[in-house]
Amino acid sequence: MTRAADVLIVGAGIVGAACALELAKAGVRVTILEERFVSAGATGASMGHIVVMDDSEAQFSLTRYSQVLWEELHEELPPDVEYERCGTIWIAADEEEMAEVRRKCSYYADRGVPAEILDPRSLHDAEPHLRVPLAGGLFVAGDSVIYPPAAASFLLQRAVELGATLHLGKAVVSLGKGNAGLADGTTLSAGRLINAAGQFAPKLTCGIQIKPRKGHLVITDRYPGTVRHQLVELGYLKSAHSLTSDSVAFNIQPRKTGQLLIGSSRQYNAEHDEVDSAILSRMLERAFEYLPAVASFAGIRIWTGFRPATPDKLPLIGPWLDDPTLYIASGHEGLGITTSLATGKLICAQILGQSPAIPAEPYLPSRQTVSETNVEAHV
Amino acid sequence: MDSIIQRIFDVAVIGAGPAGIAAALAAAETGASVALIDDNPAPGGQIWRGGRNASHHLEARRWLERLSKSRVTLIGGTRVFYAHSGALEAESDHSLWQLLYGKLILATGARELFLPFPGWTMPNVFGAGGLQALVKSGLPVKGKHVVIAGTGPLLLAVAAYLCERGADVLCICEQAPFARLRAFTLGMASYPGKLVETAQLRFRSRRAPYLTSAWPVAALGQDRLQAVRISDNGRLREIECEYLACGFHLVPNLELARALDCRVVDGFVGVNELQETSQPGVYCAGEPTGIGGVELSIVEGQIAGHAAAGRVSSAKRLLTTRARSRRAVKAMKKAFALRPELAALATPDTLLCRCEDVSFEAAQKHATWRAAKLHSRCGMGPCQGRVCGAAAEFLFGWTMDSSRPPIFPARCSSLAAISTPASPAQGHGGSQ
Ligand SMILES: Cc1cc2nc3c(=O)[nH]c(=O)nc-3n(C[C@H](O)[C@H](O)[C@H](O)COP(=O)(O)OP(=O)(O)OC[C@H]3O[C@@H](n4cnc5c(N)ncnc54)[C@H](O)[C@@H]3O)c2cc1C
Ligand SMILES: Cc1cc2nc3c(=O)[nH]c(=O)nc-3n(C[C@H](O)[C@H](O)[C@H](O)COP(=O)(O)OP(=O)(O)OC[C@H]3O[C@@H](n4cnc5c(N)ncnc54)[C@H](O)[C@@H]3O)c2cc1C
Repeated sequence: MTRAADVLIVGAGIVGAACALELAKAGVRVTILEERFVSAGATGASMGHIVVMDDSEAQFSLTRYSQVLWEELHEELPPDVEYERCGTIWIAADEEEMAEVRRKCSYYADRGVPAEILDPRSLHDAEPHLRVPLAGGLFVAGDSVIYPPAAASFLLQRAVELGATLHLGKAVVSLGKGNAGLADGTTLSAGRLINAAGQFAPKLTCGIQIKPRKGHLVITDRYPGTVRHQLVELGYLKSAHSLTSDSVAFNIQPRKTGQLLIGSSRQYNAEHDEVDSAILSRMLERAFEYLPAVASFAGIRIWTGFRPATPDKLPLIGPWLDDPTLYIASGHEGLGITTSLATGKLICAQILGQSPAIPAEPYLPSRQTVSETNVEAHV
Repeated sequence: MDSIIQRIFDVAVIGAGPAGIAAALAAAETGASVALIDDNPAPGGQIWRGGRNASHHLEARRWLERLSKSRVTLIGGTRVFYAHSGALEAESDHSLWQLLYGKLILATGARELFLPFPGWTMPNVFGAGGLQALVKSGLPVKGKHVVIAGTGPLLLAVAAYLCERGADVLCICEQAPFARLRAFTLGMASYPGKLVETAQLRFRSRRAPYLTSAWPVAALGQDRLQAVRISDNGRLREIECEYLACGFHLVPNLELARALDCRVVDGFVGVNELQETSQPGVYCAGEPTGIGGVELSIVEGQIAGHAAAGRVSSAKRLLTTRARSRRAVKAMKKAFALRPELAALATPDTLLCRCEDVSFEAAQKHATWRAAKLHSRCGMGPCQGRVCGAAAEFLFGWTMDSSRPPIFPARCSSLAAISTPASPAQGHGGSQ
């Protein structure tokens, strides 16, 4: 058995990468073990929208904290991360959604997040290709877009420069009590272990509740200037909440290359990564409804990915029950690119016994065992 | 909104080159309903399409005439972009085709392999077949100085064609060593057709010196090609020219076969005696099963066509002919195997992926094709890695995994109309 490091992280997705960098910055000796390659999981399949969300107070504080961290980091990001502070426009199709725009706007204003209500005219000026009529929208200027695989690589590279060690092609088969057993038969030991295996976290830590939630994305050829902000329909709030049924929503992202990334779909109980033509079709039709020009654009690639979803839609960040060596940093569902940086901060504070910048309680993995029955009843 | 055309066929053939034409005609003989789909407006594939190529003129005309008199439904200018078992989705300029099939024959042919060397993306550097196609569609080459370089019999075919059109072909650089080629030509003696063909080609391009153990090292020029630097038996020299036509033999078009989960062995679609792939009812003929030239493509197409239409005995009568032509596949593979020096031509900043401007160096630092794609964007452009992917396979020894749908870029409205197949779609998507 070899003493590998102070902290051993399983998983080189964006969450593992952010934890590695934060700990390395604090002078901790970190080793990262990754079964495949950097960003081989959800990180490599996702959209890269850095977004403040307000489904719950806890979700708000984690996403807002992260958004600020990304903004602080952005000058150091290399060009291939393609950081673009394009902002989000939440689109309201009708008066009901416009009421939600006003509620959201005052919620954000109360908490110091700049947001601006757009009437149909100013929405049209901001995004001339959107269909008319629409009721209006909410412009959140601080949101941004990145290319997640490049961001994860950057975070890891920084960590490595600060002394961290990254091992690719190392599958962990057991994790706990200060030891990581590898598929090749070796065992590595460390003072602390972090399970950042995303949707695969439950395989290593029995009792974690994370389910894969499948999503489809389509990327187009280059059509520069068609879309300027990340556009999301507010109807998304109605559909994304469903914990059981499949849903789609209009969600489109302008890439720096001029390409458009079209989402989004959410499916439970879909285990295969194959394209599901029925839901793909619903997702695209939804996009055409809002942005008719897209129908004639060339789609060059379709892919799927799995969001690591928890029952209460909050990630698991913190120590695991009665194993004092084990920490969990998984279950970030559809927001893990955004919330990775805050996750790194929280984990680092917990491991070093410092007090975190935001309350850590809502994300503690222990809540799952406590409130498990409630949540199940809710579903 | 595009019109959607839905049709049902007993046999669908993708690719109207020699293999696909032969397959469609053989299948149609039984009275089966047959669709022949190709993304080019006219049938003929790489070799019989457009222009006149004297060496194949008669044969091409004979086959194309038979096709036009047959009951085969030719669907030209239409590209298959998605395949499930039992159904194809294809797109033409203004229509989406949804084709249900009983049996499927993949005759998707091959494309040229390009290897990166400094200057290979400069204007007036073309693929060998690419320049030939441009000339066929009207580019004048009379009196132009052309260097042809790379490997394989295609170089000779292109040289002959360009000479015929009045080009001044300065030399043909074949990377293979002379000894290997001589063994190949001698071996060919047992195949009269091939021998005559090769001799004819040599004859017509006789004014152009045929250099062996010679390859391009750099294309030189400011904003357009002025000269090419070649390595000629270990010596470097420069040749002034206006065009460089470059091709490093052919790589099969496997995207459709992969999308249908057909087994691929050593870079080619694996087929049984009757050209059937590992997927029952899906056949494959021509270049995707092995680069073997026109004769082999035709006989494979005939076997696949008969077999798909249920006439196994007719198919079996052709097995000896096929066995004879197939020996050429191995001989060619051996003769024109790429030498390792060719993997070292690119400098760190030479482009590997033209669509996404990815340099050799940026791609090289990754361990696998998937990691390189994700992190460097290599192969993520509209050509979907058709050019750089094949080069990376040779340069870095990477294996291509299944590519993501669609097989070709398609309008989003077409993607939205992809029908839900009766049985589950197979093999789409990577293993993300
Ligand atoms: C379609 C889609 C769109 C999305 N869009 C957005 C968005 O716009 N904004 C946003 O913020 N989030 C988005 N997300 C969510 C985001 O991608 C995820 O929350 C995030 O990537 C999770 O990161 P992770 O590091 O926890 O997991 P992963 O990226 O999955 O990383 C886990 C890593 O652990 C490795 N691993 C697993 N098991 C083992 C083992 N036993 N041994 C060793 N290594 C192992 C895996 O190979 C993998 O590399 C999206 C997700 C999807 C699917
Ligand atoms: C660029 C080039 C030039 C060549 N020139 C010569 C020459 O001059 N002399 C010579 O002897 N040999 C030449 N060859 C070799 C010659 O092409 C083959 O020996 C022979 O044509 C193979 O026949 P095939 O039917 O297998 O494939 P091909 O002739 O390649 O036919 C395949 C057809 O399928 C179509 N296709 C593929 N995928 C799809 C899809 N998804 N949807 C719709 N259609 C599709 C292609 O466009 C093509 O028309 C050339 C090859 C290439 C690549």
